[in-house]
Amino acid sequence: MKFSEAWLREIINIDLSSEELSAKLTMIGHEVDSFEVDGGGLEGILIAQIVSYEKHPNADRLNVCQVTTDGKNRISIVCGAPNVRKGMKSILALPGKILPNGLKLEKSEIRGIESFGMLCSASEVGLGLDSDGIMELPKEAKIGSKLLSYLNLPDHIIDLDLTPNRGDCFSVLGVARDLAGTSVENIKYNFNIKSNITSTVEQSIKTVFPDLCPRFAAQAVTNINNESTTPIWMTEKLRKSGIRSINPVVDVTNYVMIELGQPLHAYDLSKINGTIIPRLANENERLVLLDETEVELKKDTVVITDDSGPIGMAGVMGGLSTAVSPKTSSVLFEAAYWPPKFMAGTARRYGMHTDASLRFERGVDPEIQEVAIKRACELLLLICGGDAGKITDIKNKDHLPKRKAIKLSARRLKKILGHEIHSNEVAEILKRLNLKIRENKDSWEVDVPSYRFDLMMEDDLIEEVARIYGFDKIPEVTEVSSRSLSSLNNYLANIEKIANHLCSKDYQEVITYSFIDDNVNTLITGKQSELKLANPLSSEMSTMRGSIWPGLLNAASRNIARQIDRVRLFEIGKVFNGTSKSHHEIEQVAGLIMGPLRDEHWSKKSKEVDFFDVKGDLESLLMTSSNEIEYEFLQDESISLQKGQSAKLLINGERIGSLGKVHPIVAKKFSIKRDVYLFELDIEKAFPATSLSIRPISKYPLIRRDISIILDKAIKASKVIKSIKLIEPEIIQSIKVFDIFDGNNIEEGLKSIALGLILQEKSRTLTDQVADDIISKVIVSLEKNFSAKLRD
Amino acid sequence: MNKISEILKISLQEVDKAPDIHSLDSVRVKYVGKKGKFTTSLKSLGELPIDKRPAAGEDINKAKSVFMKTVSLRKAELETKALEENLKKSSIDVTLDGYASSKGGRHPISLTRLRIEEIFQNAGFEVKSGPEIEDDYHNFTALNIPDNHPARAMHDTFYLNNGKLLRTHTSPVQIRSLLELGAPIRIIAPGRVYRCDSDQTHTPMFHQVEGLVIGENVSFANLKAVLHEFVACFFNKDVELRFRPSYFPFTEPSAEVDIYWGKGKWLEILGCGMVHPNVLINAGVDPKLYSGYAFGMGVERLAMLRYQVEDLRVFFDNDLSFLRQFN
Repeated sequence: MKFSEAWLREIINIDLSSEELSAKLTMIGHEVDSFEVDGGGLEGILIAQIVSYEKHPNADRLNVCQVTTDGKNRISIVCGAPNVRKGMKSILALPGKILPNGLKLEKSEIRGIESFGMLCSASEVGLGLDSDGIMELPKEAKIGSKLLSYLNLPDHIIDLDLTPNRGDCFSVLGVARDLAGTSVENIKYNFNIKSNITSTVEQSIKTVFPDLCPRFAAQAVTNINNESTTPIWMTEKLRKSGIRSINPVVDVTNYVMIELGQPLHAYDLSKINGTIIPRLANENERLVLLDETEVELKKDTVVITDDSGPIGMAGVMGGLSTAVSPKTSSVLFEAAYWPPKFMAGTARRYGMHTDASLRFERGVDPEIQEVAIKRACELLLLICGGDAGKITDIKNKDHLPKRKAIKLSARRLKKILGHEIHSNEVAEILKRLNLKIRENKDSWEVDVPSYRFDLMMEDDLIEEVARIYGFDKIPEVTEVSSRSLSSLNNYLANIEKIANHLCSKDYQEVITYSFIDDNVNTLITGKQSELKLANPLSSEMSTMRGSIWPGLLNAASRNIARQIDRVRLFEIGKVFNGTSKSHHEIEQVAGLIMGPLRDEHWSKKSKEVDFFDVKGDLESLLMTSSNEIEYEFLQDESISLQKGQSAKLLINGERIGSLGKVHPIVAKKFSIKRDVYLFELDIEKAFPATSLSIRPISKYPLIRRDISIILDKAIKASKVIKSIKLIEPEIIQSIKVFDIFDGNNIEEGLKSIALGLILQEKSRTLTDQVADDIISKVIVSLEKNFSAKLRD
Repeated sequence: MNKISEILKISLQEVDKAPDIHSLDSVRVKYVGKKGKFTTSLKSLGELPIDKRPAAGEDINKAKSVFMKTVSLRKAELETKALEENLKKSSIDVTLDGYASSKGGRHPISLTRLRIEEIFQNAGFEVKSGPEIEDDYHNFTALNIPDNHPARAMHDTFYLNNGKLLRTHTSPVQIRSLLELGAPIRIIAPGRVYRCDSDQTHTPMFHQVEGLVIGENVSFANLKAVLHEFVACFFNKDVELRFRPSYFPFTEPSAEVDIYWGKGKWLEILGCGMVHPNVLINAGVDPKLYSGYAFGMGVERLAMLRYQVEDLRVFFDNDLSFLRQFN
């Protein structure tokens, strides 16, 4: 809502400076988006008249104008504007003047002809956007007078960011009414407008569907002088509200809308066929709107029709067939009340947001229509003359908003605010806001004016009182919490532990978008996602991610492009899978490593990361879990990972994560040419909440025995270790692979594994004899189960 | 006798001059070895008259003892010197980098969220979370934003093909937590939220922290206090706060909170208000018995102020040169 400060001050006396006014508006809930001086830097610009002009002898598009500011002396000005005319009044800046756009004027010679100043366009002096020609002033403008005093400048343009509940403030009157709540000043608006009815012309209107159109007021004005122009005071106010002057009829409708908040429509009366009836549109009905776009109407849209069909979309925009033109001599003004429930969403559905639709969606005062019609006629008669017809004002009372009195109790007011406001002050605030009150003991019965759609219940009134009283006057009181202690959230604690562990392992946390490219999602997960956005911003952000990996790969790729070759990233966040009917959000941690294992160091060149680096990081991450869970890594064939270098991680046979080397073809899709390793883990499954169990430790010495065996290359080390553990679980404490190789003197297809076994008894010293026996058993078992041979 | 004292004098000079352990040993042998000067002197005692022998012998032994003590001191001295020389050879440049000194770090948004969580957890707030794919009911209707409410248009909602939506704020967690835990309640809910908007000051995904306190006598005065305390803790200094009337369908009265950032500038940092009675009813809480406040803050906004980051979008660029500065 944009308007001139001077206009506001015409409607309400406010004893505040401009800056105070701006601050006050913000502090009663109408945030001032901008508060700008209008007409700054125009000192010295004068009103001048073009006495005569002739073509510049050396330039086709220039004219040499003789202008005067006193009726006697002539000033010669070279001007390129296409609209120069003899007798025209415009604005003149003389040499030495610096225009608001920074241009400094000097006496100059333009193609051989001297020019002693400049005739300016509106945009050159910062008064609007019009730059098509020099600014034209009405013939009444007094030559030689200062532009500033002629236009009552400078002024301020106030732009308010209104909240959606306050549709009533979409007018200068509305803002004034709300300001009145803060002071004893009254509104100075004359609502008793005289209607000078001089004709009997009356348009036939029927509201066949009263629920669609509870109120419809109209009035015709015939025989208007269509050569009249809009007075400067009106075009100036409209300009300050960001509205361009079109013609007197249209300007009047806009003016009344900004002044009173009632959107008006003007029809060319001669183009209306028969009776006006508002109704819902029929399917496939079409309407060409004022802006010449043709729309196919939807069934739930309210349209205004005459005998020929739709002539306007109610509350949004009128139709072209009945639009006013410069030739129009008879006008019909319409001021209707369209209920918000029919208006809501209409503008959005058609992608047409107008000043009218904005107001109707948020609620227009259902009692202002007659005033608005009268005001429009009054203004039009003033500008164009003509004969005003009878006012038609159809009210369908049953469908107009009904208001019930609201009770405000002093107790609840105090309870919600935590502060007592004196009852006299409460009553005063309510009255100043134009609410009618009946005071009871400890409460008030409040009647709400028709324009306050937002006041429905007691708490709405509490807000009104608090807002006008001033939030700043409510003290700060630290509350005493009576809540009991709650148990710690293990799950959240785990997430922080995981994150901090990865940080200490030199991983950098990143945050990537939860929606990704659909093709990339399919490429990585191997599945078509059913969880797609209906209205994505772009195809790269169209599908809910089934994996964090694409985000990490993109982040890595971006960093590679910035010459970073060692990348170690992780992210914690949700992945989304399942069907569109039944989806799951799963919290995961995922990581990516690429490049040298260590930062460049003087001691030696670092090796490039490999599978066992990412696996080691994952294993150490799993150790942060405060419980004894058997994790199992198995060979896996993940679609996005390289076959033979990828694994899945299981707990009790259930997959909880995976890791491995990114398939080179996949990496290439992300413009990554080097080896990249990834892991991902379901946090909830990988770190289940279990309590810790501690075993007693043995105080007896331990014995280490090493064995080397040769066996089939395809047999996984984990399988061998698992089988050995089963042999003497009480005594074999741990088994480590300390060497592994093939080739050389090992037969093709076989490999050598060297194992170190740590043996220890719980309650006595382990003898060599017992140790030897166990090793023998181990060897026999390995021979039997894996056809392994002991190496010499 | 002069002879012995003369020998001792010379021998001590030789000990002092011995440059290393090896030459010192030669000196020792020269004087106390089998054919050493003190040894031979003792052997030649027999050549003296008997009555002079004890005194002469004592002199020789004394001199020998002085000699040996000096040798051993000198030996320790030379050993220390040799060790030091040896150690000097293995001296290193201690200013070089240590092994594996690099370390990763948390994202600034996580750091900011954790700071907010910690401050509120210390005041007894429990951390709750909720789904990111929400339904219309929890994201809008239950929060007093019915169909076609103008506030819906401001939310720029992402919808899924199945009619669900991506939560536009963390406020649905208010409803879910109240339904789960009932009143009284004292929670915060951090998380990702989504809006269909992308420009210099908006990213389609960002983070919020929701707060909700419901009790028998929780008031706007309490809300003012808790937020003032929070802001002071978060910025580690007392900051001037301004509660400006505003509008959210799920709170009443509603306020936006600005902080004074110097030079006449107020910056909006969060929205808050007293929970609307309709929201309490929708969450099964009797608004006659209970009242409470709610607030919602943008984590990115607070991170930008805390770290003086100008452009919101850098948080999601994931440029390591940017992120590493927070480690």
